[in-house]
Amino acid sequence: MSANLSAIFYLVSGVLFILALRGLSSPETSRQGNFFGILGMVIAITVTFLSVGSISSGLVYVLIFLLVGGLIGAFIAYKIPMTAMPELVAGFHSLVGLSAVFVAISAFLNPEAFNLGVPGDIKLASLIEMSIGAVVGAITFSGSIIAFLKLQGIMSGSPITFKGQHFLNALLLISILILTYLLCSSQSSNFFWILIAVSFLIGFLLIIPIGGADMPVVISMLNSYSGWAAAGIGFTLENTALIITGALVGSSGAILSYIMCKGMNRSFFNVILGGFGATEQSASTGNKEQRPVKSGNAEDAAFLMKNASSVIIVPGYGMAVAQAQHALREMVDTLKKNDIKVTYAIHPVAGRMPGHMNVLLAEANVPYDEVFELEEINNDFANADVAFVIGANDVTNPVAKTDPQSPIYGMPVLDVEKCKSVLFVKRSLSPGYAGIDNELFYKDNTLMLFADAKKMTEDITKNL
Amino acid sequence: MEIDPFIFRLSIFILSIFIGYYVVWSVTPSLHTPLMSVTNAISSVIIVGAIIAGLAGSTDNVFTISNILGFLAISLAAINIFGGFLVTQRMLQMYKKKKKDK
Repeated sequence: MSANLSAIFYLVSGVLFILALRGLSSPETSRQGNFFGILGMVIAITVTFLSVGSISSGLVYVLIFLLVGGLIGAFIAYKIPMTAMPELVAGFHSLVGLSAVFVAISAFLNPEAFNLGVPGDIKLASLIEMSIGAVVGAITFSGSIIAFLKLQGIMSGSPITFKGQHFLNALLLISILILTYLLCSSQSSNFFWILIAVSFLIGFLLIIPIGGADMPVVISMLNSYSGWAAAGIGFTLENTALIITGALVGSSGAILSYIMCKGMNRSFFNVILGGFGATEQSASTGNKEQRPVKSGNAEDAAFLMKNASSVIIVPGYGMAVAQAQHALREMVDTLKKNDIKVTYAIHPVAGRMPGHMNVLLAEANVPYDEVFELEEINNDFANADVAFVIGANDVTNPVAKTDPQSPIYGMPVLDVEKCKSVLFVKRSLSPGYAGIDNELFYKDNTLMLFADAKKMTEDITKNL
Repeated sequence: MEIDPFIFRLSIFILSIFIGYYVVWSVTPSLHTPLMSVTNAISSVIIVGAIIAGLAGSTDNVFTISNILGFLAISLAAINIFGGFLVTQRMLQMYKKKKKDK
């Protein structure tokens, strides 16, 4: 296949990828979008096979590895529980990063295959491009591994900080620039290896100081990185499909990071520099005196809900941990049978990744037109009878609106306290991730339900 | 004077960033998780580079380091492609509208 013809096909698959993302603007068109994405991928892979002039006997291995990877991927996709989606996505990011590194190294060792020159005399522009691909790929890989370990609970979700951390990171970033310069001027492979090693280290160091609840930002950011890495490789390979895709994914991840940061009212740098809660004054330890809370049981909760005419459910990460989404749906079904209007309110940063709660509710067969975002539903709390907070905490804290001293001041929160009564399912009175007390616990109209989210929801259903 | 082809690629890149910007802002927030998994899948189009790397070289030796790295990258990218698209499909199947019963 001629180079021009294959370039046109790569352009087609790039356009199909754009349509894949476009499809996600509404759930109705999303499945078609996904189909476009698959089609684009099939075209890109087919064209690549056809355009490699002389097929070496490596073909059989290429197909075997393709098949093995595909089977593993398909197996994971069918087995993975929806609650584990953040870990899965983090894991997948690491694979994109690592394959970018591998392709970059491969191109460096065998530049003839990619039309980039000969070893020891690679075109300058290609060398810079493959360095960018390798560096960003390596950062994506090691960063995603840490994110994966934190999300999976293998590694503690609390921020790991040490003295001189920012200084060390800055030093390493500068050394990357120097190493790239040395690599380009000397063409020496040693600099290339050091460059990659330093990049792995940076990815690791960048993510360890970031805490568990900041994971939505981290995952989005790594999503963006994996895109830029792909784009870097795309320039090296002079491949339009890869350049377009890299740019799409890069900007997609960047926008998601922005949305997540805005949902927490924190600047991007504040999140990246890490250590939320550790650096802030621990506001909760100051006034430790026990304040009275009203606590109740499932019967009380069922009574309140039975007499309500509208209920708003506020799910959070705790619901995912307790796997309570199905039990919740059953409770809502019972409520609806009693002609009670039920809606769901989702905060942008609820859960551990963007849209996490929406997927869980969809899994539990909750229709998506009953689920609302913060801005859409926040005014409805004042007219609702009961707010049922299940597994959310900081995103409901009214302190964010009233106390300028609070570390979460200015963060957009759900106006849960405006409801006639609030049911708050929680295992204990412990503060949330931000390390601050939730004022909501002590309001007169709040009834605390101390229990596991799933068990409590089931008990309420029995009492309805 | 002739324009370096790099400039054309750069133009494609920059314009694609803008397309990405507008397209992604129009994605409904409830589909942000599928958005991440599908972007994951499509960024694995990096597999084209891996295939070139895997097929490169002479026929008598298909196990140079460069080839082997290509093979490994093919597997990693394939995990992502199949895993990413299928899991997205699985998620999207679950998004349903309210049933018009009663």
